[in-house]
Amino acid sequence: MATHLDPLTLINLIFLFVIAIFLGVELISKVPSILHTPLMSGSNAISGITIVGAILSTGLTPGSTFCTVLGTFAVVFATINVVGGYLVTDRMLKMFKSKAADTKPGVKK
Amino acid sequence: MNLEIFITLIYIVASVLFIVGLKQMGSPATARKANLLSAVGMLLAIVATLLTKGLEFQWIIVGIIVGSIVGIYIALTMAMTAMPQMVALLNGSGGLASFIVGWSSYHYQPNASLLTTVSTYLAVLIGGVTFTGSVLAWAKLEEKMTGKPIVFAGQKVVNSLLLLVLLGGGIMFCLDPVHNYPIFIVIMVLSLILGVMAIIPIGGGDMPVVISLLNSYSGMAGCATGFVIINSMLIVTGSLVGASGIVLTQIMCKAMNRSLANVLFSGFGSVTKKKAGEEVKGEIKPITVADAYPVLEAARSVVFVPGYGLAVAQAQHVVRELGELLEKNGTEVRYGIHPVAGRMPGHMNILLAEANVSYEQLVEMDSINPTMETVDVCIVVGANDVVNPAARHDKGSPIYGMPIINVDKAKTVFVLKRSMNTGFAGIENELFYYDNTRMLFGDAKQSVQGLVAEFKSK
Repeated sequence: MATHLDPLTLINLIFLFVIAIFLGVELISKVPSILHTPLMSGSNAISGITIVGAILSTGLTPGSTFCTVLGTFAVVFATINVVGGYLVTDRMLKMFKSKAADTKPGVKK
Repeated sequence: MNLEIFITLIYIVASVLFIVGLKQMGSPATARKANLLSAVGMLLAIVATLLTKGLEFQWIIVGIIVGSIVGIYIALTMAMTAMPQMVALLNGSGGLASFIVGWSSYHYQPNASLLTTVSTYLAVLIGGVTFTGSVLAWAKLEEKMTGKPIVFAGQKVVNSLLLLVLLGGGIMFCLDPVHNYPIFIVIMVLSLILGVMAIIPIGGGDMPVVISLLNSYSGMAGCATGFVIINSMLIVTGSLVGASGIVLTQIMCKAMNRSLANVLFSGFGSVTKKKAGEEVKGEIKPITVADAYPVLEAARSVVFVPGYGLAVAQAQHVVRELGELLEKNGTEVRYGIHPVAGRMPGHMNILLAEANVSYEQLVEMDSINPTMETVDVCIVVGANDVVNPAARHDKGSPIYGMPIINVDKAKTVFVLKRSMNTGFAGIENELFYYDNTRMLFGDAKQSVQGLVAEFKSK
């Protein structure tokens, strides 16, 4: 994995970065406070996207055992972030129930 | 089709899934599906990456298997009440991954272009701070260490020095990365230390802000990794998470009427002063469970106001039970949720949802306050500073200006409290001395259980 970031590519990536930040702020501002915890743990899981970097630095560094070892650790931690994050979020969201869907007798308003 | 183009196309699909996933997080009805969409996006991204030409698989597979086992174990075994520390820990895990990727990328290719080197520096710096910062936040929340701010003489000097060395070292490293491996190691170590130093002066009560901020950092770390390996998807996705953390941080700060700078740095110096305020006048009026019952029995409208104490006492299930009994009795029951109640954004909603309270009953502060005067009984369970009326009028109070839930405007207020100890901010709460306040001393869970028993026996 050898990369050389040149100025033109950098500008294009910064362009993406800025637009994505604005998009993110717009999206998140609409989330009600009741869902802030799942939102956080869900976006936390998304931040595990760094797993892509981890995979590449494990599998595309031939000849360097050290880098393979580092990369493997990175894959482990990123996977924990991704798998743990999505599962925990799902566990939380499963608990959110609407009264309408709740069929327990005597609980109706 | 060219393989690289194909992979990039899948990356676009994955990014769209992340965006749609975040958008549908906007309603409890669609949120679960949204999370699933996002997970599918992640799966696609991982599979696409595995298609990369020339990739050696065996260690990647080992890493994914080990990480999945640990991740599944953590996610399925942890208690719902431990959610804030769990989010912190998972967050730190992602930060560490970015940190390592940066390190590995530099180790493999020290002679990269200047811009790549700068990105590597940022990935390691932000990743390192996210990692140790999150671990520390976890330790504070798990009570492995004191939740109080840790301050020492010369802290500002030490931190300034730390930043200076990180900046100077960073410049030296970026200008000549090939010959400066030792400096890089120093940078790595210092960024880990910086994470520790940044979190120790922040008190446990400010954790909602810290967790949101660390969440933002982990996104930014992913973003920096994207610049290192030149990957648009990483940048888009990292920015989305970064933005989400920033928005939540702002919301939390607003809910405490404090600036981010104040939350991050107020530990310095402020602990020594404050608390010069005059003694609160008035009389404490305790009440017993037996006396509280008839008041509740006659109430037409009841609002529970939970705080971190609810989580500590694990009282969410009995509170819901009491709520159901009240409803059977014809009482309107709602829950007033302050944005910073608890230890992370939305903490109380999660606890009550776990106890099967329907989300229509969970009412935000701004919606419940205008109706407070029509409420017969307000039951404060383990909340303190977020219901302190001093925030409205006492200019000398450290929490002056913070929006609160106006429980004192209800006809009667029951405060469930273990003792007369002050809340997290260490501030006397004048609510306890008000004419319409009754103190129900004891463990919150036992008190509510007592009330439940009264209802059942009648």
